[in-house]
Amino acid sequence: MKKVLYRSQISTLFSFLLVGSLLLTNNLFAQDQAAAEAVATEADASLGGDPVKGKQLFNQNCAACHALDRKMTGPALANVETRLAEEEGLDKEWLYSWIKNSAGMISSGDAYANKIYAEYNQAAMTAFPTLSNADIDNILAYTAAPPPAPVQAVATTAEVPGGAASSSGITNEVILGALVLVFGLLVMMLILVNTTLKRIAEANGVVVEKAKAEKRMPIWKAFAKNQFLVLCSVIFLLLASAYYAYGWMMQIGVDQGYQPIQPIHYSHKIHAGDNKIECKYCHSSARVSKHSGIPSLNVCMNCHKSIYEYKGNPEGPSAEDLANGYTNEFYTAEIKKLYKAVGWNEEEQRYTGESKPVEWVRIHNLPDLAYFNHSQHVSVAGIECQTCHGPVEEMEIMYQYAPLTMGWCINCHRETEVNLQDNEYYEKIHKALSEKYGVEKLTAAQLGGLECGKCHY
Amino acid sequence: MASNKVYWKNEADLLPADSNIQQLRDNEFPTEIPVDEFLGDKEGLSDSKTNRRDFLKYIGFSTAAASLAACEGPVIKSIPYVVQPERIVPGVANYYATTIANGFDFASILIKTREGRPIKVENNKEAATNGSANARVQASVLSLYDSTRLQGPLSNGEPVEWAILDASVKSKLGALAGSGKQVVLLTQTYASPSTDKLIADFTAAYPNTKHVTYDAISEDAALNAFEMAYGERALADYHFDKAELIVSFGADFLSDWQGGGYDAGYSKGRVPKAGKMSRHIQFEANMTLTGANADKRVPLKPSEQKKALAALYGKLNNSRVSTDLSEAVLAMVDSTAAEIRSKGSKAVVVTGLDDVNAQQLVLAINKMLGSEAMDTAAPKYVRQGNTATVKQLISDMKSGNVGMLIMDGVNPMYTLPNASDFAEGLGNVDLSVTFSTNWNETTERTQFAAAANHFLESWGDTQLKKGHYSLIQPTIRELFDTRQFQQSLLNWMGSDQSYYDYIKTNWTESVLGTDSWNKALHDGVYSSEMSMEVTQEETASEPASDGVLSGAVQSLASASSEGMELTLYSKVGMGDGQQASNPWLQEFPDPITRVTWDNYLTISRADANELGLVNENAANGGLDGSYANVTVNGVTLSNVPVIIQPGQAKNTIGLSFGYGRKVGMKEEMQTGVNAYALYNDFNSIQSVTVEKAAGMHEFACIQLQNTLMGRGEIIKETTLEKYNTEDPHEWNHVPEVSLNHQEVPATTVDLWESFDRSVGHHFNMSIDLNACTGCGACVIACHAENNIPVVGKSEVRKSRDMHWLRIDRYYSSEDTFQDDNIKKDEFSGAFDSKAGFEEMERAAENPQVAFQPVMCQHCNHAPCETVCPVAATSHSRQGQNHMAYNRCVGTRYCANNCPYKVRRFNWFLYNNNDEFDFHMNNDLGKMVINPDVTVRSRGVIEKCSLCIQMTQKTILDAKREGREIEDGEFQTACSNACSNGAIIFGDINDEKSQVAALKKEDRMYHLLEAVGTKPNVFYQVKVRNTNEA
Repeated sequence: MKKVLYRSQISTLFSFLLVGSLLLTNNLFAQDQAAAEAVATEADASLGGDPVKGKQLFNQNCAACHALDRKMTGPALANVETRLAEEEGLDKEWLYSWIKNSAGMISSGDAYANKIYAEYNQAAMTAFPTLSNADIDNILAYTAAPPPAPVQAVATTAEVPGGAASSSGITNEVILGALVLVFGLLVMMLILVNTTLKRIAEANGVVVEKAKAEKRMPIWKAFAKNQFLVLCSVIFLLLASAYYAYGWMMQIGVDQGYQPIQPIHYSHKIHAGDNKIECKYCHSSARVSKHSGIPSLNVCMNCHKSIYEYKGNPEGPSAEDLANGYTNEFYTAEIKKLYKAVGWNEEEQRYTGESKPVEWVRIHNLPDLAYFNHSQHVSVAGIECQTCHGPVEEMEIMYQYAPLTMGWCINCHRETEVNLQDNEYYEKIHKALSEKYGVEKLTAAQLGGLECGKCHY
Repeated sequence: MASNKVYWKNEADLLPADSNIQQLRDNEFPTEIPVDEFLGDKEGLSDSKTNRRDFLKYIGFSTAAASLAACEGPVIKSIPYVVQPERIVPGVANYYATTIANGFDFASILIKTREGRPIKVENNKEAATNGSANARVQASVLSLYDSTRLQGPLSNGEPVEWAILDASVKSKLGALAGSGKQVVLLTQTYASPSTDKLIADFTAAYPNTKHVTYDAISEDAALNAFEMAYGERALADYHFDKAELIVSFGADFLSDWQGGGYDAGYSKGRVPKAGKMSRHIQFEANMTLTGANADKRVPLKPSEQKKALAALYGKLNNSRVSTDLSEAVLAMVDSTAAEIRSKGSKAVVVTGLDDVNAQQLVLAINKMLGSEAMDTAAPKYVRQGNTATVKQLISDMKSGNVGMLIMDGVNPMYTLPNASDFAEGLGNVDLSVTFSTNWNETTERTQFAAAANHFLESWGDTQLKKGHYSLIQPTIRELFDTRQFQQSLLNWMGSDQSYYDYIKTNWTESVLGTDSWNKALHDGVYSSEMSMEVTQEETASEPASDGVLSGAVQSLASASSEGMELTLYSKVGMGDGQQASNPWLQEFPDPITRVTWDNYLTISRADANELGLVNENAANGGLDGSYANVTVNGVTLSNVPVIIQPGQAKNTIGLSFGYGRKVGMKEEMQTGVNAYALYNDFNSIQSVTVEKAAGMHEFACIQLQNTLMGRGEIIKETTLEKYNTEDPHEWNHVPEVSLNHQEVPATTVDLWESFDRSVGHHFNMSIDLNACTGCGACVIACHAENNIPVVGKSEVRKSRDMHWLRIDRYYSSEDTFQDDNIKKDEFSGAFDSKAGFEEMERAAENPQVAFQPVMCQHCNHAPCETVCPVAATSHSRQGQNHMAYNRCVGTRYCANNCPYKVRRFNWFLYNNNDEFDFHMNNDLGKMVINPDVTVRSRGVIEKCSLCIQMTQKTILDAKREGREIEDGEFQTACSNACSNGAIIFGDINDEKSQVAALKKEDRMYHLLEAVGTKPNVFYQVKVRNTNEA
């Protein structure tokens, strides 16, 4: 079933209002976080490390394999220092040497080192000889008492934009109501003026002639009698209906705006927009192949091995997102769908081998008779993906932006000047053709991009 | 007055008593519509909850729902890999080097795969030996996707687990170990060092094992002769490019003689360079591909060939050999001997006679000459079958000495002339296992049918020629529950090694030395220098003594030549018949007869007239032929269709192997008759009697006009002498037209403004008629590359064949084409020419033959483009004539206006259509389809595109890498497939390119130049070497 998105102006208006209201609430949130961090700093000063610096270091060095509260490639690190001291009787010195040279400790036969090594699939931890003891102290301080997660902050702020949105809704209604009132008043005034004028006329003895009007031929009869007019209007009607019928028929099979529901709610907005991931990181075959390729699930897992939950953008979900149900929990559940499909056991951090390929619904679908090659456009011509696919980085749900009709292709080939610089293949051709056409820049059409056989074979 | 007249329709009406008549009259409509049955039951009707209005509502609703649902576009799913293999990028082809070694065809090839599916076979240009794929090898990729393949092991026809099969075989092997009974492995020729070692290991484990190699079409005589002379059971290799004179006695070395693969070398010597080209004299009975290419062809009965060979040996050896050959033949032998003498070591003599004496003589002659073309130091191993052991096996089986028979790659129940003996023997074998990809005549009779891998799913290695190794690697995982023979042997030996590991170990130990396995696997071929040196010494073994040879000469010279002789041969399209269920090959037109979907008896016109056998064209143009019954040694093949073959030696007939298979085949594929039934004593030459049978056979022959009728401008040809001495204008005459009452060259007159093609690429194709042997590899390559549909026999008969590339074959109606031209020019007056042309429709008794590949000529001034009402076909700046299928409305004006008749019309939907139940009608077969080329629908015209998908890809690759394109990068499917170098493709705007140089050659001409179409395909004049000595 196809659902076609027409982006209504009202929703645009709403989103503008929302953005406005969110801007207002930003300061509040920033203050919250600063306060929380201040508290944390105070608490950890006694432990001898700076948790704020520690957090930075943790994110730079450790976060790829460790989380605070869960197992990843390596063990969970919350309160690691105390845990080791209490459970294994290991001191900070052990940790220093482990972090700086874990392989050395394993080979030296340290019991706990070997235990950990065996437990985590014999994946040796990267050595960090560059970290100083102070750095490690900072990290440990962070793990001991991490700054409170901004979850509450998000929760509190979440309400605020809601309120803001509803208040803006009220003002809208007030304005509309006022307008209706003004309109009603105007109508009333006109009626009143009319009756007053009539009364004045009556009073002055002016008789309004109604009889004359009755004698006139009804307009439809007059129209029917005037055959020329009938003919003209019939022709006009026929032409108009042909025009609209043509327009309607030409959009058959054109799926512009096609926005199917996908098995996993994958948000290009979060990936390409918020996180600014380059399109061709995932759609890598667009560089070399005719297909842009839907990334295989192992590509997803490059990041999602460590990104196991959605923490939201720092400002928290917008009202629009909330209205659609796009909460953090919702997105996290979608990540779990990925894990299920790829067969990733989160607890044990390993692949189970039971995979279930994802059946995406194809959106952009050229007919078999048209040959289109992504690499020609992406690698050779250097066209941005967005030229044809639209503002993907803003699309929560992907849809077909361009009509993908032949006219649309041809138009671009006629207008687009091809970048021939620094490509040895084009050197001679460019020289000869620019002389021939007397132009410096050539369009795809001038290079033969309109020939039938270039796309149809 | 009232009339009493009774009108009667029938004589029987006059007898009113006849109740039959009355009854018939009353019951004009035999059965009444049983309205009462469903309307009579009033109660049932009134009880029904559905009343008329509801019924209408349902109809209305369902119609509305259906039409609404039809407005919805289909939802298309895209399923990416879960874990994408590193080397697979969707949309980008990968190539893997492998080797085909199916017991008949041996070639090192490249396999093009897309998204993991093998879709095309290419030549492995790095292979020093057998690097070119013939038509059958080109088509072998489709056999991988044969929907009739065995999908798992069977026990007596019922599906069974491999474990059960293994258990029965192992227990039987154990049980037989102590008993005196043999375990026999009856296999094809592998030419595989690892398989040989494996079988030796197996024999060591089970000492009662015997290995019998069996070639369906035997080269036993040649193998025996070579063994006698050089002490090794192998075949001499020949480098025809080094020969200046090639004399052949019945050797069809351009097709399958001694394993084939000689055409590339032959063609190299056939292109005149510096005024020199090789000369080729052929003595033969059937008109073969080789004979068709010869400069001098002498039709001779096989027995007379033997005598001629003996006489030739006598001449060269200065010994007296008396034969009863005719004066003319003797004169020919004399002149040949003189020519051989003058060429000395530059001459070579070969024979295809299944006679060990003849083979011995040939080896002796070449040795005597010191022929540079013959290579005995590094012989070929592509045929190893031993008929003596096969015969021994059958008698052993019959006497109950064989406990277990394991077969691989052979189908003896089909290919043995005495299949009934074999069947009888099978009854006495305790356990029989057949490895086969398809259900066939043999699997039907054996206990277990072990589903074997296709070669594209298998590991393996070969040594096609001493020191020349190649590897077989799988290009796709097994499609079905199949297992290859070698892996099974390993399992049965109790080894848990994979055959891949076995090969690798064997290679690193005994083949590669210090060289890299990975490189050998990547290249697919490996030449070992070391083993070459070793062989140099071995060749010093003593030559056959003169005494033995004089006996051979005596027996050849006294060969009896009475009655009719049959020469059995393998057709280019079908070979030994193991790919008979391949629709590409069934529809492949035979290069000589141009008949598809059949085998037939070839017979000379004189004999046909004598026997009352005819060929005639039916009202719809199709070719019909009489049936004949053929009897050899008491075995009769009845109703063999007859083709009257120009050039067939008198008193001889020919019949090809490979047809007549029935078991396990789709009905449409069950074509022809089984010639193996006549393959008495594994000898391809048989004494035979032929008699006419009733009825006419309908052929699907795609060329009905066989002669050129003196139209020399279609195939221009000249002699080497003229080519060397005369001005090119004399022998490559540009046709002239009258302009302003003056004769001017046709190339100077033009109706159109010429288009500027100087910028970018301008593709041209050169076809060298000297290098083209007509082998047809290009036809199948084109088929595979461009998703050309198979249309079936009845459609081909209606001239609706779809081949984009055809190889026209013409016979001369006089002795030579030159004489044809002269005869035509000398006609005076209408009556003379009418009678003359009628005569010229008929080919000569021993005609000259010429082959001409014709595809779309991509005219710069294309007649098709101007008549298309919807501009579906248009011209590109790159010289290609484009065809936009989705724009075509099927008026076929273009096809009618094309002077070259190269446009093909889709009369039907050829895919997903049960009426055309070939590979495009099932999901498996569709896996061979090239994803870069549209599959055409009904009602559109299609034609050669000069493989625009390939040229566009080459351009795009260069653009992406930011470089200029080098010569040789531009290829088409046909130019890639042509290992003979007959088809050269390239960009003439690149002045350094080979094709640009070829365009300036003196031999260059365009087809039908007078029409003024200015084609982008051009031909090179055929030069015949008629210089005697």
